[in-house]
Amino acid sequence: MRWGVVTFPGSNDDRDVLRVVERVLGDEAVSLWHKDTDLRGVDCVVLPGGFSYGDYLRCGALARFSPIMEAVRAHAAAGGLVLGTCNGFQILCEAGLLPGALVRNRSLRFVCDVVTVRVERTDTPFTYGCRTGDLLALPIKHGEGCWIADEATLAAVEAAGQIVLRYTDRAGRAVPEANPNGSMANVAGVCNAGRNVLGLMPHPEHAAERLLGGEDGLRLFRSAQAWLGRSAAGGRREPTVVPGP
Amino acid sequence: MAVVVTAALAAEHGLTAEEYEKACALLGRTPTLEELGVFAVMWSEHCSYKSSRALLRQLPTKGPAVLQGPGENAGAVDIGDGLAAVFKIESHNHPSAVEPFQGAATGVGGILRDVFTMGARPVAILDALRFGSLEHPRTPYLVKGVVAGIGHYGNCVGVPTVGGDVYFDAGYDRNILVNAFTLGIAPRDRLFRARAAGPGNPVIYVGSRTGRDGIHGASLLASAGLDASADKRPAVQVGDPFTEKLLLEACLELMRTDYVVAIQDMGAAGLTSSAVEMASRGGAGIVLDLDAVPVREPDMTPYELLLSESQERMLLVARAGTEEAVAAIFRRWDLQAVVVGRVTDDGVFRARWRGREVCAIPAAALTEAAPVYRRPAEEPVARLEEAQRLELAAVREPADVEQALLALLESPNCCSREWVYRQYDQLVGGNTVVRPGGDAAVIRVEGTRRGLALTVDGNSRYTRLDPYLGAVLAVVEAARNCVAVGARPLAVSDCLNYGNPEQPDVMWEFQQGIAGIRDACLALGVPVVSGNVSFYNETEGRSIPPTPVIAMVGLLEDVEAHVTPWWKAEGDAVVLLGRTREELGGSEYLAVLHGLVRGTPPWIDLEAEKRLHRVVLEAVGERLLRSAHDVAEGGLAVALAESCFGGPRLGVRVTLERGMRTDALLFGESQSRMLVSVRRRHLGRLRDLCRREDVPLAVLGEVRGTHLVIADLLDLPVETARERWRRVLERRLG
Repeated sequence: MRWGVVTFPGSNDDRDVLRVVERVLGDEAVSLWHKDTDLRGVDCVVLPGGFSYGDYLRCGALARFSPIMEAVRAHAAAGGLVLGTCNGFQILCEAGLLPGALVRNRSLRFVCDVVTVRVERTDTPFTYGCRTGDLLALPIKHGEGCWIADEATLAAVEAAGQIVLRYTDRAGRAVPEANPNGSMANVAGVCNAGRNVLGLMPHPEHAAERLLGGEDGLRLFRSAQAWLGRSAAGGRREPTVVPGP
Repeated sequence: MAVVVTAALAAEHGLTAEEYEKACALLGRTPTLEELGVFAVMWSEHCSYKSSRALLRQLPTKGPAVLQGPGENAGAVDIGDGLAAVFKIESHNHPSAVEPFQGAATGVGGILRDVFTMGARPVAILDALRFGSLEHPRTPYLVKGVVAGIGHYGNCVGVPTVGGDVYFDAGYDRNILVNAFTLGIAPRDRLFRARAAGPGNPVIYVGSRTGRDGIHGASLLASAGLDASADKRPAVQVGDPFTEKLLLEACLELMRTDYVVAIQDMGAAGLTSSAVEMASRGGAGIVLDLDAVPVREPDMTPYELLLSESQERMLLVARAGTEEAVAAIFRRWDLQAVVVGRVTDDGVFRARWRGREVCAIPAAALTEAAPVYRRPAEEPVARLEEAQRLELAAVREPADVEQALLALLESPNCCSREWVYRQYDQLVGGNTVVRPGGDAAVIRVEGTRRGLALTVDGNSRYTRLDPYLGAVLAVVEAARNCVAVGARPLAVSDCLNYGNPEQPDVMWEFQQGIAGIRDACLALGVPVVSGNVSFYNETEGRSIPPTPVIAMVGLLEDVEAHVTPWWKAEGDAVVLLGRTREELGGSEYLAVLHGLVRGTPPWIDLEAEKRLHRVVLEAVGERLLRSAHDVAEGGLAVALAESCFGGPRLGVRVTLERGMRTDALLFGESQSRMLVSVRRRHLGRLRDLCRREDVPLAVLGEVRGTHLVIADLLDLPVETARERWRRVLERRLG
């Protein structure tokens, strides 16, 4: 599989995603520059974490105007895979490719920790290899990860099954104490109506090696591999499932 | 309109009468206003190290792994696989005391630049922080500001903060310490230095524009007689981590070419010090065209242009003819690169502005010829004798040791630091193996099997009671923390925070500190490759406790073999290596439970310490140890508790052999001890290693259940104790 990772000015986790794709997954990794206008034939575009343009304005508010975003929009419209983590999620919301918005954590402080998220839907390319209710241990590190939406949007998103990941405690309960940033309905990740664009605040690329504390993040990457393989093979192919926590 | 320079004006600039005379003599004339400003900053304590230079020469700086010792932007050591670890620790105390958020943020920015200036990609930040008592009304504001500032800068630049330490002590009530450390990785044959060469080569300015901020920051803030007050705020710089990130990426891209001759960041004293230092180190001259300097505001005077401390700027010397290629790289990152001068062969630092030469000083006059002081030093005998006197017989043992342990676990200096490090990105870069909270952080060296251990240490209660022994113990503790994770201590960067060097007792403390670091580093075979001195840490005439902070880097040949402090499995044997003496001097226990900061710090036998290191490192190499934890503040009882608090959070049941005061047994801080756990079947082998090295070994008990049990003394549920230990800072800082 061919992955593209966009580097905006201020992207920080771009190198980390590239390394996971290349060294851990053994896939093809393409570094994309924000001033590019062509995605060079990648199957999945990743918008990585960081502080694009310093995020001195609203997070992601400037990055959405980068030349590459036109190509990302077209790719998404054509059903291509798009994954946004952290700042990438913020950019996708700002660009209108995902519903809702991300605002400052309710604590008003940056938070770096490992959280538990529950897989709500497996009918997306990125959770295809999971089972509903699976719990993943994933790191978060953000100051503005509180997902909000107006009532109508939240209801529509819930009804359409676009909430893909929710923060829970270790027992899998979506309780307020397990919510690290104050997100509505404990939302950790949402997808678009077409299900091919996923944004999440946790960092799957930082949970991809046992040495570094866990491998749960690989399940999202491997799901995408399997999902693409399924399309090619014309049927459901069993993904490589890494044992959960 | 030209200002007439007089001895009085020189005094306002912080130069003494003798220094001003010396400057005039070196020039052979009266300096211009601009020249006076240049002399004042370059001869400031901060830039010239005039009070410490002579003493610093005592430190051991050589070793087989040393690629670059003190004198450059950062030190560098060989870590194998063709790579170098480049690192340095630096203080940003006075700015942080005045404006904690920006002070701490720009401290991080400055040390990052020192490291990437050498051609190394920064991969880890650590911070040693010293605050006043938590009861002091200003402390919460300062803690919150400093922590947020460090996070703001480090998180945004994309370099993980992987460790550090935090202490609270009333001795820092009005003069907090913020010491920031950065380590970067570079190819060992591609280290860049700051030595200007090649007459005619262009001097190129890159990064942010120059504004009026931070003028005389270095010389004014870090000098005597200035209190941390709001009216100094304009002298604190403002950081822009986004520009730093662009500058970092652009510089590293540039350094993959062969265009660069020399490069230096503009830190304290900005354009002046970067140009002068490059010229001086290279034995060259530099001429600057101040009209070419990119400015943020109109009508800046040449004086301001020379002395501004605007952040996120670098000065480099490139090969002639590569100007456009250099500029193209910076343009790609939306930064400007402007030629502002040339290298010359006359050894003179010149600056021109609107057709006239406003400055012409031999570079060596500003560096090598800068004043060096051997300031009088005198031991404060009476004060120390009084402080070291401790009548243990008069210290009552606690009636309830369970409550005593909880009090220690909830004390500001022993409680969890999670509230602090949760605000830092610990993971970016994808190489963090052991996150904050262990003895030392461990990072993987990307693309290799190796790892690096990183720690900062310095117990100011010890240095207050014995400035020499305290410094020895700071080095030893740092080394032991490296060893605890399985790393061989490699090299040190030291940050020496002291009071007013013009006071003989402070100067004596400083001498003792240097001697302690020297002796410990020599004994352990660990060179000092970089560092920083911060004097004048005082408010209203009261100096801080002497505070040498030791940053140590250790090497793991196989990062997979690293060890953490936390119990791993029920049934493992719990073993104490090393000897417990009846010592309570300078302990956290005495301070927290008896309100006493007295006595002499714990005894240290450096040979015994080395033997302990050999045992632990060999045991790690043979994969014998399931956990290892240094016994430090709070003693054995706190170490046992901490080993329960992380990882799978298992309990422990131990029985301690009595034979001394119970408080000393539980809470004493005897050195050269390590608390480890091993599989039962490996006990024999560990015993053999200890016998060979003559290290005392005691099997205390085993990992078991959900309680922390010390037979006949205490029984606490791990979760209850952990919650109390964890919540302290959150509760007190909000």
